[in-house]
Amino acid sequence: MPSDRYLEVPLVEKQRLFDEVKADPRFHTYLYGCYECGICVAACPSARFYDFSPRKIAQAAAREDLELIYEQMNDDIWNCSQCFSCNRCPRQNSPGGLITIMREVAVKNGMRSMKEALAGYTRIIYKIMTTGTQVSPDMLQEDAFPDWGPQVKMVSDNLDLWRRALPPETLHTTGLSWQVEERTMQELYAIWKLTGTLDMISEVDEGLHDIMEEIMDDALEESGISVD
Amino acid sequence: MEPMEIPVLKGGTKVATSRVFDRDPDTVPEEDLREAIWALGREGEWIVQPVPEPYYLAPTKYGRLKKIPLEHTWHHKSCGQCGHIPGYSTSIFWLNRLLGYDYFDPRDQTSCTAWNYYASATSNQVAQAAVAMRNFSAAYESGYFPMIHCGTSFGHYKEVRHELVHDAKLRRQVRAIMDKLGRPFVMPEEIVHYSEWMYAIRDELKNRVQYDLSNITATVHPACHYYKLQTGDAIYDPEIYGGQRTAAVTGVVQTLGATVADYSSWYDCCGFGFRHILVQRDFTRSFATLRKIEVMKEEANPDVVLTHDTGCVTSLDKSQFAAQAHNRNVGVPVMSESQFAAIAVGAHPFRVAQLHWHSVDYRPLLSKMGIDPEKAWMEFQGDLEQIKSGAMDYLTWEHVL
Repeated sequence: MPSDRYLEVPLVEKQRLFDEVKADPRFHTYLYGCYECGICVAACPSARFYDFSPRKIAQAAAREDLELIYEQMNDDIWNCSQCFSCNRCPRQNSPGGLITIMREVAVKNGMRSMKEALAGYTRIIYKIMTTGTQVSPDMLQEDAFPDWGPQVKMVSDNLDLWRRALPPETLHTTGLSWQVEERTMQELYAIWKLTGTLDMISEVDEGLHDIMEEIMDDALEESGISVD
Repeated sequence: MEPMEIPVLKGGTKVATSRVFDRDPDTVPEEDLREAIWALGREGEWIVQPVPEPYYLAPTKYGRLKKIPLEHTWHHKSCGQCGHIPGYSTSIFWLNRLLGYDYFDPRDQTSCTAWNYYASATSNQVAQAAVAMRNFSAAYESGYFPMIHCGTSFGHYKEVRHELVHDAKLRRQVRAIMDKLGRPFVMPEEIVHYSEWMYAIRDELKNRVQYDLSNITATVHPACHYYKLQTGDAIYDPEIYGGQRTAAVTGVVQTLGATVADYSSWYDCCGFGFRHILVQRDFTRSFATLRKIEVMKEEANPDVVLTHDTGCVTSLDKSQFAAQAHNRNVGVPVMSESQFAAIAVGAHPFRVAQLHWHSVDYRPLLSKMGIDPEKAWMEFQGDLEQIKSGAMDYLTWEHVL
C-alpha cells in the first residue's frame, strides 16, 4: 500500500530528494535488488525495537517508491544503528549504506526529523569538528549519563588526577581524547571547509555553524592553508 | 510451535561436524583489492606504503593471507577508547613495550570521525576519505605503518579504501585536498586492526602468562564494524568456529588458556547505535542487556565479556547499571581482549588496564585469576598520592613495566 503520511508534500519535492540520494556515487553499490528473504531484518538490532525494516529500505529504493522513501526519510532512517549487520544480504545490498546516504540528504536539506533526531547531539558535532576527537574525557558527566550509575561521577570527580595516572604521554588530556597538534587541527578544518561539511552544519544549527566557522577561519588564516 | 534447539556450539568454539570447510577461490564474492592498490601505485595515482617487516601472515575469510606488521607501527588511536576507556589503548602500548616492539604514538592524528558520521551524517564521502588519507599520510611521513585501534575506524577505512580504488573522481577530489595540505597521497598496503596484531602475537603472549586461566570462562562479542564492513578483510581461522566466524579475540583468549563459551546471539550487534548511545540510550541499554548480556549469562555464565572495539566495551559495560537496578540477570565485567591479555601476562589492573574506568564490578574476575584487587587498588592509590603531592608529575612507563 502506498504511503499516505505526507500527502501535503508535493511529489516533485519527494522526487528531488530521491534524486539527490540516487546521485550519490555509492548508491548503486549499495543496491542490487531484493529476494525478500528477510535476512537483513533478522540481523537488524533496530528492527527488534522499532517499527523499522531494512528490507523496506532496500525495496522502496529499488522500486523508487517516492512516497515511501520520503516517509522513511522522516520516520525511519534515524532508528538505524549503522552496525551494517544488514550487509549479510545475499544480494550484496547494504540497507545501512542507503540509510547513510538518505541521512546525508536529510541533513543537507534541513529536514525537520533530522533536527529532532539530532537534538542534544550538537555538542558532539562541535567537539569532533573542532578538536578532531569525538568523546573527550570531560564529557563523562553524571548529568549527561545518569543511567550509567555512580561510576561516572567518580570519573568526573577524579578526572585530572586519573588522566595524569595514565602512562601514555599523549593521554594527559581532559578536553581532548589525546593531544592533537595545532597544525593537525588546522588541516582538519581545511577538510571541513573544502568538502562542504561545515556548510552542512548550518542546516543542523545555524548558531553552531557560525561559532565553528569563526574558530576555523581564524585558525586557517594563521595556518596559511588556502581553502579557496 | 515446537521449541527449537539454539544453535550454540556446546564444545566452545569447535564445530561438531564431520564436514570439512574448504575455501573455494572461484566462489569468493569479494575482490582482493591488493593488486589494484599496487597497480594504482605503479600508475602514479598514489604512494603505496608497504607493510614493514617482520610481519605475520594471518588467514582471512576467503583464504587470502593478510600481512600483519609486528612492529614499526603508527598507532591510530580511538577517541572513545582514549576518552573514557583509556586502559584499552594503554594496554596495547604496554604489550608493545613488553615485547620490545618499536611503535609510535602520534599527535599528528585525528579521529576517523566515523562515529560522528554514522551518528549524524554531518559529513560526506569526500570529507571522510580526506580525513582517512590525511591520517595515512601522517603515518607515512613518520616512517611508521598505521595500526588502527578502533573497530569502526578500521571498518570505515576499509570502506573508504574500496571507494577510492573504484572511483577515479573521488581519488582526484581527495588528492586535490591533500595537495592543498601539502601532504603526500598514500594508501597503506594493508589496513590493520590492533586485534589482528593481538592474534599475530598470541603465541608470544602465551609464553608469558602469569596466572592459571583454565577456570576463566569468557564470552566474546565480535565488533560489527570489524567484520561486517568489507567482510573479506577480517581474520578467519579454520581451527576456530570451523572458519565460519571471525577468529579475532577468540583466538587470542583461547591461546592464553581461558575458555571461550558460545552463546546464541553471538552475531548480534552490541546496541551502540552511534547516535543512540549518545542521545537515545533506551535502545542501547535494552539491546545490550536483553540481547547480549542476559543471553550470555543464561547460556554461558561467563566471568568476563571480551571484545575488540570502543563502542562495544562502552555499550555492554555501561548499560548494565540500569538493568541491575531492575534486578535483571546481568553483572559481567566487560573489557577489551588487550586489557585481559595484558593483565594475564602481568600488567597491573589499575596502572595499565585502568579498570577503575569500567562500571561493572571486575574484582571477582581479578580474584579468580589469582590477583588481589584490594592490594592492587592500594598500590594505585599510592601512585595517585604521589601525583597529588607533587612527588611525581605523571605515572610513567618506567613505573609500570
